[in-house]
Amino acid sequence: MKVGIFPGCSLAGSSREYYESLRAIGPALGIELKEVPDWNCCGASAAHTLNHKLALALPARILALAERAQLTDLLVPCSACYSRLMISQNTLQNDEALRKEISGIIELKYSGSVRILNVLDLLASRTTTDGFAAKVIKPFNHKVACYYGCYLTRPTEIVKCDRAEDPRMMDDIVKVAGGKPIDWAFKVECCGAGLSVSRVDSVARLSGRILEDAAMRGAEAIVVACPMCHTNLDMRRNVIEESLGRQYSMPVLYITQVLGLALGLDDRTLGLHRHIVPVEFPAAAPAERKAEAELQTTGQKDE
Amino acid sequence: MSQDSHGHHGPVGLADRAREATGESAYRCYQCGKCTAGCPLADEMDVPPSQILRLLQLGIDGLDEAAIGAFSPWLCLTCEMCHARCPQEVDLPKIMEFLREEALRRNMVNPKAKDILAFHESFLASMRSGGRLFEVGLISKYKMRTFHLFQDVLMAPKMLLRGKLHLLPHAIDGKDAVARIFERTIDKKEGHE
Repeated sequence: MKVGIFPGCSLAGSSREYYESLRAIGPALGIELKEVPDWNCCGASAAHTLNHKLALALPARILALAERAQLTDLLVPCSACYSRLMISQNTLQNDEALRKEISGIIELKYSGSVRILNVLDLLASRTTTDGFAAKVIKPFNHKVACYYGCYLTRPTEIVKCDRAEDPRMMDDIVKVAGGKPIDWAFKVECCGAGLSVSRVDSVARLSGRILEDAAMRGAEAIVVACPMCHTNLDMRRNVIEESLGRQYSMPVLYITQVLGLALGLDDRTLGLHRHIVPVEFPAAAPAERKAEAELQTTGQKDE
Repeated sequence: MSQDSHGHHGPVGLADRAREATGESAYRCYQCGKCTAGCPLADEMDVPPSQILRLLQLGIDGLDEAAIGAFSPWLCLTCEMCHARCPQEVDLPKIMEFLREEALRRNMVNPKAKDILAFHESFLASMRSGGRLFEVGLISKYKMRTFHLFQDVLMAPKMLLRGKLHLLPHAIDGKDAVARIFERTIDKKEGHE
């Protein structure tokens, strides 16, 4: 099955392991990914914080380019991009005058016909069919906390998530990979997302609560489907630990990496070496990471 | 004089303008406080989400300005929790978006929001030139604007080592078309107009 893809800036940059692992499991999923030609940034939280029409137009250009390339299904793995594209498409669908205006602004024909998929939509349909389970040769036999965050679950009238407060889609995919999802309280809470750079302390507090609850309930790893969640829980681990006054060695994996490991793919192909928190089971002892964490925190103190 | 669907009379205040621009009515709120209870950043806000709606409902001049000048709209993560749980289905993030644009337009951005605004402006400036976000460019622009020169300096070598940083920007073919999108929207200060 040919699927269009809009990777977005994170997957092309600091979250490249998400894209690498997605491409690595593509053949097993029976999908062929085709990038939207000449895609632009969706504007993320910055555009919609500052200007409503800019926030509608930037995603609309991506959707129009996908239309022009005859990509009927468009996978958007970054859930922040996914949310912006869904909101833009939805807003324009209900307002013909605005649709015409935005089409003029982006200098492209826009009909809104593209079907936007998030990574869970795609994986849910591809891992439960085509004998995917038979390809699982190294079951991911670990207790994990499936973390959905905001953008895959809300706004509820636009994002079609299975259950708003306690979604199960990712849990079910993890089960196919042989994992054991736990029940926990922070599945759909926010990690701090777009404030990662400008309000480090707020992010440390919000992401800290998530990490703490997952650890308290015995998770060996947190599984995510969003580069922002990954950045805050993995790359920002040092500030979380500083804020909680405690070390946590629990790794954070993308759902695509979990599936890749279950398929028997090696760590490097899946980009596990790019994480800040080592992906090890059992997790690396806190003492081994302590020196490194201390080194990192000294860089945070100029505020 | 205007009258809304709930029978309020009075001069056109901020709540009416917000409704006209976003389709969302602050008057629907009956102050149950569920938005504030579920908001992950409510306790860092100067005016909690439910009180932002209350300020708008009262439609008194000084209170409209208090809503526009509040720190809360800038802290709002658009996580949509308030909207998802609101018994009256008020789309509060849309009202927050309206308030931010209003603050920018009227030069009333809360001083505490300086860094947050600097980040968003750096983000847009960085993507505007090449069509895609250039992460290194974003961070250096942010540092220049805020003088947080040493924040995260020790992250950079770690990210480089892990192949997570591109040192050169990538410009798309349509970068001029993207620049024109900016000219036709944010440069004209046209948002919710």
